[in-house]
Amino acid sequence: MSEAAKRRETQRKALSQADQLRRAQDEILKHAHDYGLQPFRTVFELVSHDEMNEIASYGGFPTRYPHWRFGMEYEELQKGYSWGLQKIYELVINNDPCYAYLMKSNMMVDQKMVIAHVYGHSDFFRNNMWFSQTNRRMIDEIANHGTRLRRYVERHGQEPVEAFLDAALSLESLIDYHSVYSPHRRRARYEFVEEPETSEIRKLKASKGYMDRFINPPAFMDAQRKKIEDQLQKKKRFPEEATKDILEFLIEYAPLDTWQRDILSIVREEAYYFAPQALTKIMNEGWATYWHAKIMTEKALKEGEVIDFADHHSATLGMRPGTINPYKLGVELWRSIEERWNKGQFGREYDECDDLATRRSWDKKLGLGREKIFEVRRIYNDITFIDDFLTKEFCIQHKLFVYKYNGQTNRYEIADRDFEAIKRSLLFRLTNMGHPVIVIQDGNFRNRAELLLRHRHEGVDLEISEARDTLQNMYRVWQRPVSLETSVEDQPRLLSYDGDKFKEEDLSSAGA
Amino acid sequence: MDRTNTYIKKIEKDHARFREIIRGQIRKDLRKYISNGEMIGRQGKYTVSIPLPQLRLPTFRYGANDRSGVGQGPGDVGTPIAAGDPAQGGPGGGDAPGQHILEVELTVAELAQILGEELALPLIKPKDRSSILVEHDKYTGIARVGPESLRHFKRTYREALKRAVATGSYDPENPVIIPFKEDKRYRSWKVREMPQNAAVIIYMMDVSGSMGDEQKEIVRTEAFWIDTWLRSQYKKLETRYIIHDAAAKEVDRETFYHLKESGGTKISTAYQLCSELIRKDYNPAEWNIYPFHFSDGDNWGSEDTKRCMELLSDDLFPRVNVFCYGQVKSAYGSGQFKKDLDDRFPKHGQLLTSEIRDREAIPDSIKEFLGTGK
Repeated sequence: MSEAAKRRETQRKALSQADQLRRAQDEILKHAHDYGLQPFRTVFELVSHDEMNEIASYGGFPTRYPHWRFGMEYEELQKGYSWGLQKIYELVINNDPCYAYLMKSNMMVDQKMVIAHVYGHSDFFRNNMWFSQTNRRMIDEIANHGTRLRRYVERHGQEPVEAFLDAALSLESLIDYHSVYSPHRRRARYEFVEEPETSEIRKLKASKGYMDRFINPPAFMDAQRKKIEDQLQKKKRFPEEATKDILEFLIEYAPLDTWQRDILSIVREEAYYFAPQALTKIMNEGWATYWHAKIMTEKALKEGEVIDFADHHSATLGMRPGTINPYKLGVELWRSIEERWNKGQFGREYDECDDLATRRSWDKKLGLGREKIFEVRRIYNDITFIDDFLTKEFCIQHKLFVYKYNGQTNRYEIADRDFEAIKRSLLFRLTNMGHPVIVIQDGNFRNRAELLLRHRHEGVDLEISEARDTLQNMYRVWQRPVSLETSVEDQPRLLSYDGDKFKEEDLSSAGA
Repeated sequence: MDRTNTYIKKIEKDHARFREIIRGQIRKDLRKYISNGEMIGRQGKYTVSIPLPQLRLPTFRYGANDRSGVGQGPGDVGTPIAAGDPAQGGPGGGDAPGQHILEVELTVAELAQILGEELALPLIKPKDRSSILVEHDKYTGIARVGPESLRHFKRTYREALKRAVATGSYDPENPVIIPFKEDKRYRSWKVREMPQNAAVIIYMMDVSGSMGDEQKEIVRTEAFWIDTWLRSQYKKLETRYIIHDAAAKEVDRETFYHLKESGGTKISTAYQLCSELIRKDYNPAEWNIYPFHFSDGDNWGSEDTKRCMELLSDDLFPRVNVFCYGQVKSAYGSGQFKKDLDDRFPKHGQLLTSEIRDREAIPDSIKEFLGTGK
């Protein structure tokens, strides 16, 4: 066959592949609608593995700003792919319309599975409350970020821009994860407490002098006095309330050049955009898996495809010891919720029943399962999802455990199978996205415009050497000495960096 | 299609930047955050480690007393589930690295590139009077006859279309074009003679009693890197090996590095042999010639040194690109020979001498030899 004829042949094949996919897409979308899913309009693009790896390296956005860490990501994906260790199956972007990528070389049954899976995600993006405030035109926004960054590189040189971007990325997780659903992330703060005009405490009038200490008890009076003092103190504080959105604080108050401020705001915008996906990882992956399995097995699967589907589907849900596969945990939780609400295994009566046999065979034939899971997908995130729906039975059935590192054997070992411990450990990992909670305590520390951060210690110490380097990056932005209050082995400590050297103070002896 | 291309270029730029940082060429401030990760892959029945350097920016994160989590699977309390492999523990994990079978995934070309970049070596300018001519086929034109595999589709189609229009058999409603034999056009080629750069390195080493194992190791390391660099610069590279004590002989590579003789030293014998080799096998008009001589600087008497100088100025310099002399420091060597060379040929463009004190001095020495780009 001549070269040209070959080209025509491949073109014809490609066309028919696109046709087949379009047909599959239409079919699956119809099934999805029948089940009650409401995905965004979703655009699928066929890409080669090279392109897939590149797009995935940029977090799904080929137009993202240039940075070496995307190159690092790419190297990992390329090596993993060329050694046959990993392959990206699905890639979907929360945007309206949704964009998803299909790998050219995949088998048709894989493509169908991925399409069904993607519609699950698309539905979740659109309907879950935590995504309600994400920018649905993020593709444009990200391209703008890229353009701006490239312009800064041209104007100010690669090294300074990259170095500042590195510093900003080192602070990337310092946002307020609980405000992602809020329409005005930075909301006006209302104070409904009347301002006391003086520091005088209002006393009730006692008719008799000796009654005064009963009508106005000294303890209460002291508490009042303290409250007023606190109010006054607070007015002098900056920021008034300790703030978790440290990036925002830096953008507004750090003495930066405009381009630096803009880089911080780009990093912050993208962090907020990606946050809901991290906040709902288990739910979202579980939801998409639940629906691809349902659509495929009940509707879209052809006889000849069963084995391949089973093979690839089980690979998605495979577990490695010691890790939680969010796809697996998620889909099982969704199924457990559906089953429980179908059978009426909820509510006070069920909760108070402690007879195992009765509980197990509990079936009131309510059939509320489908309705319930749609409700849950609307208003929950991973934390509330685990908190409400992870049950003791579920932990036993799915053999969950807590593992710990044993320093003596240099191994990770199963430490506990207690339900409460498992739940606590899972929730801890999900709290603040697994990042330590750091707040800005004082923007005018020591009355010298120094910055004081505080680590809300929750039983686990910070990695101190990294905390120091992060402080250094913080200094680079704030340009005045920065300090961090934390605890090291139960001793309160103050780490400081003044642009030249580090200092570590023991706060326990200072008695402050 | 075009868009695809810009995609690829974009990530490659970021990737190149990452590689540069990893190699420590730029942004040295990031060096401390580099960790050497790996991926475990399989090649046939072997387990191989695929190096995967990682660069993680510092963040506020939980420290070492947070090594717990939730898992899934069978087992009682106390059952080990994984070795304490700090795979995702990041830098600073104090555990000794596991003994994997190592597979260094670097090609020689990459090595040469790194070497060139690290030492800022200039690209080598081959002699103008080169060189060996090699025949190359180049597709340059169109012919009316030829094999079907070389049929030029577009030209053939155009001819057929022209004919169809001219004869009136072309129907716009049903534009079927069937090419005849006369319409067919084929690619045709011309044979061109392309000059090709060829080079030869002639290694000479003093193997007299004073050259110990350490000295040979240094020579070997240096020779390897020089070889690597020159190979990246020339398509065709030959190497020859000469050893000498009081007499010189040509040996193979293996012997060159391992043989230990003990005897006196007559450097001139090596230069004599080198000169003969060149005369016999390497016409200076075609070859770029690089003799390298390593010794500890001891020569047997000033008479022989004088002979060496004559050989260099009369026989070798007119033929070679550059003559390199590396003097390895040894416990017994006097180090006189380098001094003699430098005194006899001060600032001579074709002589490069370098003193290699110890292993650490190897990179500097390589730079002295190759840094001139000759």
